[in-house]
Amino acid sequence: MTVTYDEALTRYEPVFGLETHVELGTRTKMFCGCLTTFGGEPNSQVCPVCLGLPGSLPVVNRTSIEYTVKIGLALNCSIASWCRFARKNYFYPDMPKNFQISQYDEPLCTDGYLDVSVGGEIVRVGIERVHLEEDTGKSLHVGGATGRIHGAEYSLVDYNRAGIPLVEIVTKPVPGTGFLAPEVARAYVTELRDVLRSLDVSDVRMEEGSMRCDVNTSLSVLGSGVWGTRTETKNVNSLRSVERAVRTEIERQAAVLDEGGRVIQETRHFHEDTGATTSGRSKEEAQDYRYFPEPDLVPVAPAAEWVESIRASLPELPSARRARLISSWALTDLEFESMRNAGALDAVEATIAAGASSGDARKWWMGELARRANEAGVEMASLPITPADVARVSALVSAGTLNDRLARQVLDGVLAAEGTPDEVVAKRGLAVVSDDSALLAAIDEAIAANLDVAEKVRSGKVAASGVIVGAVIKATKGKADAARVRDLVLERLS
Amino acid sequence: MITRDDVAHLARLSRLALSDEELDHLAPQLDQIISAVAQVQEVAAEGIPPTSHATGLANVFRDDEPRPCLTPEEALSGAPAVEMQRFKVPRILVEEG
Amino acid sequence: MGSELVRKTAAELAAAITSGEVSAVEVTQAHLDRITAVDDRVKAFLHVAGDDALAQARAVDGKRARGESLGSLAGVPVAVKDLYATVGMPTTCGSKILEGWVPPYESTVTARLRAADAVLIGKTNMDEFAMGSSTENSGYGPSRNPWDLAKVPGGSSGGSAAAVAAFEAPLALGTDTGGSIRQPAAVCGIVGAKPTYGGSSRYGVVAFASSLDTPGPFGRTVLDAALLHQAMSGHDPMDATSIDAAVPPVVEAARHGDVAGMTIGIVTEFAGDGYQAGVMSRFAEAVELLQALGAKVTEVSCPHFKYALPAYYLIAPSEVSSNLARFDGMRYGLRTGHGSAEEIMAQSRAAGFGAEAKRRIMLGTYALSSGYYDAYYGKAQQVRTLIIRDFEAAFEQVDVLISPPTPTTAFDIGERADDPMAMYLADLCTIPSNLAGNAALSVPIGLAPENGLPVGLQVMAPPLADDRLYRVAAAVEKAFTDRWGHPLLDEAKGL
Repeated sequence: MTVTYDEALTRYEPVFGLETHVELGTRTKMFCGCLTTFGGEPNSQVCPVCLGLPGSLPVVNRTSIEYTVKIGLALNCSIASWCRFARKNYFYPDMPKNFQISQYDEPLCTDGYLDVSVGGEIVRVGIERVHLEEDTGKSLHVGGATGRIHGAEYSLVDYNRAGIPLVEIVTKPVPGTGFLAPEVARAYVTELRDVLRSLDVSDVRMEEGSMRCDVNTSLSVLGSGVWGTRTETKNVNSLRSVERAVRTEIERQAAVLDEGGRVIQETRHFHEDTGATTSGRSKEEAQDYRYFPEPDLVPVAPAAEWVESIRASLPELPSARRARLISSWALTDLEFESMRNAGALDAVEATIAAGASSGDARKWWMGELARRANEAGVEMASLPITPADVARVSALVSAGTLNDRLARQVLDGVLAAEGTPDEVVAKRGLAVVSDDSALLAAIDEAIAANLDVAEKVRSGKVAASGVIVGAVIKATKGKADAARVRDLVLERLS
Repeated sequence: MITRDDVAHLARLSRLALSDEELDHLAPQLDQIISAVAQVQEVAAEGIPPTSHATGLANVFRDDEPRPCLTPEEALSGAPAVEMQRFKVPRILVEEG
Repeated sequence: MGSELVRKTAAELAAAITSGEVSAVEVTQAHLDRITAVDDRVKAFLHVAGDDALAQARAVDGKRARGESLGSLAGVPVAVKDLYATVGMPTTCGSKILEGWVPPYESTVTARLRAADAVLIGKTNMDEFAMGSSTENSGYGPSRNPWDLAKVPGGSSGGSAAAVAAFEAPLALGTDTGGSIRQPAAVCGIVGAKPTYGGSSRYGVVAFASSLDTPGPFGRTVLDAALLHQAMSGHDPMDATSIDAAVPPVVEAARHGDVAGMTIGIVTEFAGDGYQAGVMSRFAEAVELLQALGAKVTEVSCPHFKYALPAYYLIAPSEVSSNLARFDGMRYGLRTGHGSAEEIMAQSRAAGFGAEAKRRIMLGTYALSSGYYDAYYGKAQQVRTLIIRDFEAAFEQVDVLISPPTPTTAFDIGERADDPMAMYLADLCTIPSNLAGNAALSVPIGLAPENGLPVGLQVMAPPLADDRLYRVAAAVEKAFTDRWGHPLLDEAKGL
């Protein structure tokens, strides 16, 4: 028995939560001086500490604390004045010590929020906590059909990743989003990613694993006020998957509940290809991690002055930037969102800074250049044209040297690497013809070739002049300024 | 009071494959020890903060600067099994996230 | 000549080597010969460095020949408890699970000794992963007390204590988590100290109970122990729990033993049932001696000390249950058994760990389990606070505290081996200092009349006042040695 999404929403209210793990972009690992660069030879970036060799000891990387405080402040959290690391004890081959140094009941940051915009409405997603822990090694499972654990004969473990600092950001449960739950979840992850990028604390690439999401979903019977059992879905590796995973779980859980069954508290695995989730590990017997304060590390007590200096160094966050640009560019929320989704914000701001008007900058980037980026299948930021170039083209149009049509040809030339806008104008001879005498000559020819139209204009049908103007434009290969030609034609035929 | 089954459970949690003889031998000893250490519960400790670190130190950090690491040969030097410059471990049953 | 060299103190040897009176190679060879002569009976060593030690010695002689300045322990042989990671020498921690493991890195402490030009002569036997008071928990068989080979040398650093008492090395490294230096020192008739926690680096010292483990020195004399204490101690950026302060002036204090004007407190609680008569009678004599030397001796009550043993046997196993989890046969150490990773981990650990290790691992797992944490581990941490407060209150009244280091003299091998509770009692007097992190040592004060076995005096000082220990111990040592007319160890007849 399957249930459609829409049907499910008529009977149930979804509640979701997200746990996001972010690899911090520090140079070295959380507790040792090994490099964190991605893609090294296996086991070439390890030392006694991150390998957990007997006798080794961890020492906290100061920058990881700084970055975590930055994240907490950007998410409007309270920063702990005193906290400790804790050991999370469990056995697993990718964990060299068979415990993970993490934080338990004393996270560095708590109780914040992140506002996300969905369909023009603001949803406030509560942040429960932000804490620091160390990443694990990576295993290759050999011998099974899919490269996954099931059916594998053995595994090969590389500890280069072990010990890289990981920040865990946990939301409070998010109820009340109804139909929009999947979109809100996706919008949250998107906004979070943008916030983290603006802080420059991580390269946050979901495809590379530097940002990983687990999605928790539960259903409440509509109107009951009682929250249902929640499941945890892992292997959610893209923004789109976040949305799909929430949607799929809502449908699946609704089907179970409709049949009178109960949702089992468990961890599920999301499949990119089918969009379905399958049962992984049962969480019936919740694992007891036997947390206790890490005895090899002393407490972390960030000084208030230090926290304030970090706060002062925060860049403009996406939400503040959004408010600023919507106001100064007089955009609607939807217009802003489409610009943001197109990746045009930085380029437009920079073009304005280079001298263009905000209207012109937006027009060029969201029009002609967005189209070109789409055609080429690339991000706008990777087009081979700079904001300075675009500002120059815009300036040339304002000065009358170019009209829109010519301007598009200049952009073509710059994108084709023919040079700067001025160089392209010169090479291709694209300047608007502004010499009246040359225009008059072309006008007289056009009039001579269209005597009946000319007669109409003389008799008062001004609109008919368009034919003459068009002929002149064609004759000058588009280099005439249409408005000027029209004026001259009307003068000539008055 | 800790039973033999409790001890068997603890052994499983601790990844110790104890034999029956060992369980027979160790269980009563553990019971005795646990009864003795439970004495701490007699102490009136209302409002007494626990001590996890005796030195009173806080905020001990290292700079985010690289330090020399081990070569892969050194890292793998004690390994029971190696393949493709990685630690070869037996098949893992339960997937951990 | 060789036999004379092994009877010299570390201070004498360092001076003689530095002055060129004798070569480092001669000294090392003499000690290697002594080891060959007696260690089949003492069984102090798990690994004798042999040629490697001679190479180290040659390097020291070479430095001297080139006119380079020599370190404070130039050419002095040091025996190293097998808990310290040493490049090129196996490190077994007294366990079968690490049989044959050679670390790819060096502990900070042994690196510092090498830098002081000491010769690391071998790795000594110990209770497995430092858990025990007799070396009977070693996976390689127990060591023997040089005073009487049928008796234990104490533990867990029993091999190191035996080596020094048997003149196999003038100095040895140990670790003290619940008394594992002081108790073996006491029952072997030598000096053993537990520095202030954090005063010596734990980097490269395989962890037993991380918040309690303290690397420390053994020597036959107070000055020797102080020389080693000085050379091995100090802040280490690789150990986040290490104290960033100067090493207390222990050598200076050892050279100027003097208790006149000091106030000394006898811990009331460390007496009574379970304390051997000879231990108490020698202790009483030590008290009289201290008074005669000008100290003011009073009684001080530390009411929570009686909970120190149960608190320790909750905190230490909890930490060790986590610290030993890494020994699973996946990356190093013993791998045995069949099946999945989970099965092989469990079988390897069962095969590699001894009974005491298994007991403590399970005890720790229990104490940390959800539902039990507050009543056991959590409560023990509160008791720890109360013990710290008892010490603080005591040290407001007195400069140092004294007590017997352990209730009895060396017991028979086998006597308590399978009686954990009886074995744990050996740590009764030493544990409080570990819980509080303050400094403590044991210095020999004579032999028990009933059995002629060594008895020690424990001295305890506030954190970072390690020098007070040596000041008191040096005074006691001088006065007693004068009274006896010879070093105590001259009376050891076991070998």
